[in-house]
Amino acid sequence: MLRILEINLNHPAHYVSVGPFSVSAGNLTIILAMFAIFIIALFLPFPNHDQTEKHAALKSEKR
Amino acid sequence: MAHKRSTIDPSKKWNGPVRQYDLVKEIVIATLVVGFLALSLAALFSSPDEKALTMQSWSIEAPADFAQTAAGELAGTTTSASYGPPYNTNGSGQNIGPVNLGKIAGVRIPIDPAKSFVIEPLSIEPSDAIKAAITQWSSASADQSSKWATSYADALTKDGKATTLADPTGKFGPVPTLVTGLLGMAQSGALDGALTTRDTPLPTNFTKPLLFLADSGTYFPDKAAAQHLSGDQWGVMNETGSWPGQSWLWLYSLWYQIEPFKSSGNADILVMSLMGVLSLGLIFLPLLPIISRIPYWIPVHRLIWRKWYQRKA
Amino acid sequence: MSTKSSWTGRFRSATLEKFEPEDLLPEVQPAYVASWIYIFGVATLAALIMLVASGLYLTLEGPAWWHTSNIGHYVNSVHLWSVELFFVFMVVHLWGKFWMAAWRGRRLATWITGCLAFFASIITGFTGYIIQTNFDSQWIATQAKDGFNAVGIGAFFNTLNTGQAILLHVSLLPLVLGGIVIWHVILVRRKGVVPPIDEAGE
Repeated sequence: MLRILEINLNHPAHYVSVGPFSVSAGNLTIILAMFAIFIIALFLPFPNHDQTEKHAALKSEKR
Repeated sequence: MAHKRSTIDPSKKWNGPVRQYDLVKEIVIATLVVGFLALSLAALFSSPDEKALTMQSWSIEAPADFAQTAAGELAGTTTSASYGPPYNTNGSGQNIGPVNLGKIAGVRIPIDPAKSFVIEPLSIEPSDAIKAAITQWSSASADQSSKWATSYADALTKDGKATTLADPTGKFGPVPTLVTGLLGMAQSGALDGALTTRDTPLPTNFTKPLLFLADSGTYFPDKAAAQHLSGDQWGVMNETGSWPGQSWLWLYSLWYQIEPFKSSGNADILVMSLMGVLSLGLIFLPLLPIISRIPYWIPVHRLIWRKWYQRKA
Repeated sequence: MSTKSSWTGRFRSATLEKFEPEDLLPEVQPAYVASWIYIFGVATLAALIMLVASGLYLTLEGPAWWHTSNIGHYVNSVHLWSVELFFVFMVVHLWGKFWMAAWRGRRLATWITGCLAFFASIITGFTGYIIQTNFDSQWIATQAKDGFNAVGIGAFFNTLNTGQAILLHVSLLPLVLGGIVIWHVILVRRKGVVPPIDEAGE
């Protein structure tokens, strides 16, 4: 069943070359994904779940 | 330049506003999400599995290259034969300035390629011709055996395609018989076992066949180059097929593409030393002037803590 | 009641008594911990959990199982993709911590243990690559040996000795890496998450 879903990567890779730099499409995808994830994490609004806020000093009253 | 006194002392325990934060729920959700990602990526893209090469596959697919390499082992001209520590003292290894760390570590994995890759495996062959060739080889002087093997290795390399050459004058001594015998042994599949089972019949150490294979002139390196795995192809970062590889090794791989490392005989020690220094730089980055100030000069943190700065304003 | 005279008492003072349970597993965090950038530490841990789980499955069946079994190949694929996710999340976590200057407030040890975990992960991953028992592992092992031999380590760590590499990959190195990771997480809990860079003067 799993085979039906598979995207075949068992062939020579494509390479992106600029000067002395040469990176495979697979690696470039991973690297670009990292940058994208980082940028998205910086900009994506973080949900505000704070129902109650207290100062840290108050928490020591809880047992 | 005077600065306003900081209102937050980061070394003190936080005493300000807090929010609900469920750490255990966070790691459970993270594991479920990341787990789902890993299971999905594995189902979608699988993983590469290029079959291992063997002495048998080498000798069948590239018999001339195999014969030339075998002759080179006997002649002492291959990479392993002239490597130096940790395998032998036939080479000096790599230096960084006056320091040779390989020599300091010493010969702890002793390999004599002519003996380990050729003579010892052949010694189990039942053929009388091979037994006689081994006797002739072993009883000759080092100079004589070197002369035989070097001239045969040169002749094979010059021919390029032959796996054996006629020797009417006997100038190659027993070498043609030894090389042809080893080729036959490899093609039958017996050499793979012979190279690994000398010390134990249940081997887990593949030093001998891998060193021998790595001495290959074309077979092994050509297969690697076809997959973009060679050192000068950023091979350290790459994976076989189209799969992503080890992108985190980009900086280590970079140095091998540029001078002075690219053409240096000491490339490995130079690159390892440089990466060692840079790694220490990363570990002690907070103590480095200028670099440790970059987060202050380029205020990416204003995005991260924008909610906090807004509430303070 | 003096605890200082016994080794147990002194060990307890040096370890357990340094933490309040509420500090180890708090139900609150400072209000400034409100950005998606904060999830990458735990995402890295989650990827590590997947690595250990898939790795344990592979150890149950042996190093060559995945060549001949479809399930084995799938488990190997999970292990490989967990490695990719592990490094992606770890590097994004590192970027975040750099831009936060997260070493402030006596958190140098947290930074250092994080970097050590990064390098230990690379070494552990490397041993994984050379025990695949396929062409890729043969090439990587024979190439990497030159680097290790040049610095003298190759005399002790023989990349061509698959048995040694397997044992390192499944026992010694995960223990070392696990120890560093635990140390790193304990330091984070002990010091708390670093507060924002205060615009008023840092």
